[in-house]
Amino acid sequence: MRREILKYMEKNSKVDPKELAVLLGTNEVTVLNEIADMEKEGVICGYHTLIDWTKTDSQSVIALIEVRVTPQRNRGFERIAERIYNYPEVNSVYLISGAYDFLITIEGKTLMEISQFVADKLSPIDEVVSTTTHFILKKYKDHGTIMERREKEERMPVSL
Amino acid sequence: MRNPLSKTIVGIQPSGIRKFFDIVNEMEDAISLGVGEPDFDTPWRIREEGIYSLERGRTFYTSNAGLKELKEEICRYLKRKVQVSYDPAHQVIVTVGGSEGIDIALRAMLDPGDEVLIPQPSYVSYLPCTILAGGVPVIIPLKNENQFKLTAAEVEAALTPKTKILVLPFPNNPTGSIMSREDLEPIAELIEKHDLYVISDEIYSELTYQGNHVSIASLPGMKERTILINGFSKGFAMTGWRLGYTCGPAAIIEQMLKIHQFAIMCAPTNSQYAAVEGLRHCEDEVQEMRTAYNQRRRFLMHEFERIGLPCFEPFGAFYVFPSIQEFGMTSEEFAMRLLEAEKVAVVPGTAFGDCGEGFLRISYAYSLEDLKEALARLEHFIVSLRKEKERKHD
Repeated sequence: MRREILKYMEKNSKVDPKELAVLLGTNEVTVLNEIADMEKEGVICGYHTLIDWTKTDSQSVIALIEVRVTPQRNRGFERIAERIYNYPEVNSVYLISGAYDFLITIEGKTLMEISQFVADKLSPIDEVVSTTTHFILKKYKDHGTIMERREKEERMPVSL
Repeated sequence: MRNPLSKTIVGIQPSGIRKFFDIVNEMEDAISLGVGEPDFDTPWRIREEGIYSLERGRTFYTSNAGLKELKEEICRYLKRKVQVSYDPAHQVIVTVGGSEGIDIALRAMLDPGDEVLIPQPSYVSYLPCTILAGGVPVIIPLKNENQFKLTAAEVEAALTPKTKILVLPFPNNPTGSIMSREDLEPIAELIEKHDLYVISDEIYSELTYQGNHVSIASLPGMKERTILINGFSKGFAMTGWRLGYTCGPAAIIEQMLKIHQFAIMCAPTNSQYAAVEGLRHCEDEVQEMRTAYNQRRRFLMHEFERIGLPCFEPFGAFYVFPSIQEFGMTSEEFAMRLLEAEKVAVVPGTAFGDCGEGFLRISYAYSLEDLKEALARLEHFIVSLRKEKERKHD
């Protein structure tokens, strides 16, 4: 049941527990209890809304930043990651295999704001060796959702 | 001028509810619950493979029976899914949809006067294809109280010395009924006892919601007597690609292949390459669609119960088949009035045989949002009908 609830909520967190119970063939109490338990256990870590900001007045800029760092003795990457992810403007931080160490995504109001963050906050961290900043020009798909859907082709209204 | 038409084809009745469909097709803002095809797009992997095959210039005929890779994948798939082994070289034909398979199977097996048992309500092609093949259709009316399953007693009652073929249309369009192994066993016994053959139309085999689909071909002694029909339209959401397949004893397949060869040549090459990808890599996508259908099915059953519309719980395809007998109208009348009053289109049960009278086929190949809106309108219609009835009684 948990897996089914999660599978559904992964795509649609705006869930009506009564309806979800019908769809999954169970009752509302079970759904509510499972969700509450999973929130407590940290299986469900939060609820977000997927927004296409370009369709609003308030514009923002998102950048992907590759960061190379020198790991710390005994602590590896953990402490450095923490120093970075605690900034609220940082959306995500991943430890990456390959040519660099961290991939972070960051959101700001302007290009300037992001370059300032890189110059003032990120690069000065002792262990940071180098950064490469990529600004996002257009978002085609995010969290499994295609931002601009084509109109669906129409089926014939009746077929046997 | 001479009459250009064959008496046989003129004698075949066109669907009596065509007028109703014409009206639905004309109406612009109707919500339809009338389609018999998935609302999902074909999984992208499959579409992309189709595009790639065109880019590669794979635009020629394949061999008559179909691409070797595809036939091999079909055999692996059937072994995996229904535990029946076929020889890809001699026991498989890739067809233009499942419907071609039905047609060529009947044509390859019937002599004039041979009888074909056709359970109804069921898909509309079995009867005309039987007639066109020179056979005599014998209808078995399925019953609501049996959840529209076929029983051995019903088969037995319809048998004559001329009976040759039983059409087995499960999971069923339009009722959503399925047949379990236990349901099939007594039927298989009769098939053997009376030396009959089966045309098993399993086009909805991927869409079952209570255990996996069981093919009658997997029962002891039945593979030798069964023409299995399946395809990519429903489970893989590939209706427009026109691709199906048929498997059976080599001696029958060999004759069916002659008809296919002369009438069709081969199934679309592009679709065949795309389908190989589907069979190899799209199990997850199929499962995801099945899960979505099942959720909608539960939603509809829940709504029917709330509204008080009697409907047996179907576990296959993407249809439910509620009864509207309490309203004292024919299915067609009900469907027409529902369309006029609420702009919701459903298919009258009689489109699938006379014994569909008193029932509607409601398709859940629609988004949950569409279903919610349509059900709200259906409920509104039903409530007003009941009020109307009460007023008459007062």
